[in-house]
Amino acid sequence: MSTLPQDGLIAIVKRDCPTCVLAAPVLGELARARGLQVYTQDDPSFPETVPERIDDTALNISHRLKIEIVPTLIRLENGREVARTYGWDRGEWERLTGLAGLGSDLPESRPGCGARNIEPGTIERLKVRFNETGLKSRRIELGEDEDEAEAMFARGWSDGLPLVPPTEERVLRMLDGTSRDPQEVIGLVPPALAAATVEKIAINAVMAGCKPEYLPVVLAAVEAVLDESFAMHGVLATTQFAGPVVVVNGAVRRHIGMNAKGNALGQGNRANSSIGRALQLMIRNIGEGRPQEVDRATLGNPGKLGYCFAEDEEGSCWEPLSVERGVKPGVSAVTVFAGFGLQGVVDQKSRTPESLARSMAESLKAIQSVKLAPACDAILVVCPEHERTFRNAGWSKARLYEELYRLCEIPGEELVEGARGIAEGGPASLAGKSVNKFRPGGLLIVRAGGGAGMFSGIIGGWSSGARGSMPVTKEVKR
Amino acid sequence: MTVLLDPTSERSPTVRPRLPRPERLDGLVIGLLDIAKARGDVFLDRLDERLRERGLAVRRYMKPTNTRTAPLPLQQQIATEVNLVIEGLSD
Repeated sequence: MSTLPQDGLIAIVKRDCPTCVLAAPVLGELARARGLQVYTQDDPSFPETVPERIDDTALNISHRLKIEIVPTLIRLENGREVARTYGWDRGEWERLTGLAGLGSDLPESRPGCGARNIEPGTIERLKVRFNETGLKSRRIELGEDEDEAEAMFARGWSDGLPLVPPTEERVLRMLDGTSRDPQEVIGLVPPALAAATVEKIAINAVMAGCKPEYLPVVLAAVEAVLDESFAMHGVLATTQFAGPVVVVNGAVRRHIGMNAKGNALGQGNRANSSIGRALQLMIRNIGEGRPQEVDRATLGNPGKLGYCFAEDEEGSCWEPLSVERGVKPGVSAVTVFAGFGLQGVVDQKSRTPESLARSMAESLKAIQSVKLAPACDAILVVCPEHERTFRNAGWSKARLYEELYRLCEIPGEELVEGARGIAEGGPASLAGKSVNKFRPGGLLIVRAGGGAGMFSGIIGGWSSGARGSMPVTKEVKR
Repeated sequence: MTVLLDPTSERSPTVRPRLPRPERLDGLVIGLLDIAKARGDVFLDRLDERLRERGLAVRRYMKPTNTRTAPLPLQQQIATEVNLVIEGLSD
């Protein structure tokens, strides 16, 4: 291991830095005149002007000295640093070394370059090496011959697909995505009611394949599902199909490259896929919510691997879902919804808003069962070609809500047990009454999808309202 | 060596505990696995005899070779047919 002198001058350099190369003759002069010791970050043969260089390619000394720029020139007295300068600056170097006329043929000053020890990927490795990560989670050492992917499957961490190994370096990088304290508890995750710290969520986000910049969205989604009104335990434990569906609004969608357009609800976009997956892995691993255990779903749905998409705000003539739910325009937010799968609304012939609204309402009335009302909440995902019909007719979002609620009024006679030859249904007392398919506020309209195709979608929900799950919106905090 | 951070609530040990040994053998189906080492059959034949004398159900299995782990179909067959397995590990 390299050591530092008690007294004297030291410099940290790398060959890859043009300013270090420029200053090499001065370094040689200082080595001869003042016994300067030079630590090299990349090429131990650099600088040739100095007879005995010290190899710091392992970057241990650089890390200990918290070098950010090369060249850095430091003066030590009694083992303590008393002066430091970086880059090439003749005046500074002369003051620090007490020698006049240094590098007289060089320009007056020249900025330095970034040090190797703080490069992304390297800084995390050095923090792990020096036990400076601050990470509290239990370390799990894999055997020499153990396959990482298989080891994670064997420990039950996976949702059925391969995971990214959550090494300390990767988790540290993930945590760079937020300014929140890694030990902050976002909430208690059912069914185990175990604490979801930012660190534990970051570990699951790494496994899900998230990038660090997605972490704030994941944290907001976790905060939202752990809100009492979302009823996460019930959403998990139900025999119905539901899982958390995450709708993302605001600038963060563009910053992290989410898909709100073609195939927005499908596969193929890293942010969409991995954010939803991170949320589900968090429930599995922190909360211990696993299928055929507390997760009692009869069928489940493919979205339980992760169900997350962005609203196409730019393409929409309506206010975003988050704004409708009280978040300021431009502020990034997530809305979570206990939903399942997708039911298509195929209508290629309606050219008036009245016809299209009726068409959508008929499909909405069928969710869960044509015999049940109020049944559950629903998200109506309106595609661009359908939205165009409303836009051209000047229908606001409020107008569409109003029309859909009106069209979703169902005569009680049609809903009673046995009516239409179907035993499922409500009590005979419904007869003579009018019942709405949705509770007030139970229908959410979002705009997303590709430019071609008159195909909107309905994401049906689970039991709603105070007795079930309420949609929850949370702002995304950096 | 790879070191991973535990993604769980850390309420259970990292090493999977072994299944508890059954208190009694009554009513259980016992598999005898011959790992294909010399004279393993002598040992297992005798065990077979003793277990059957006690009225227990016994099924016999054999690995193709002692040099490799049991083929997956055999592992799955054993797992679905018996409650516990006894095997002879040496000559």
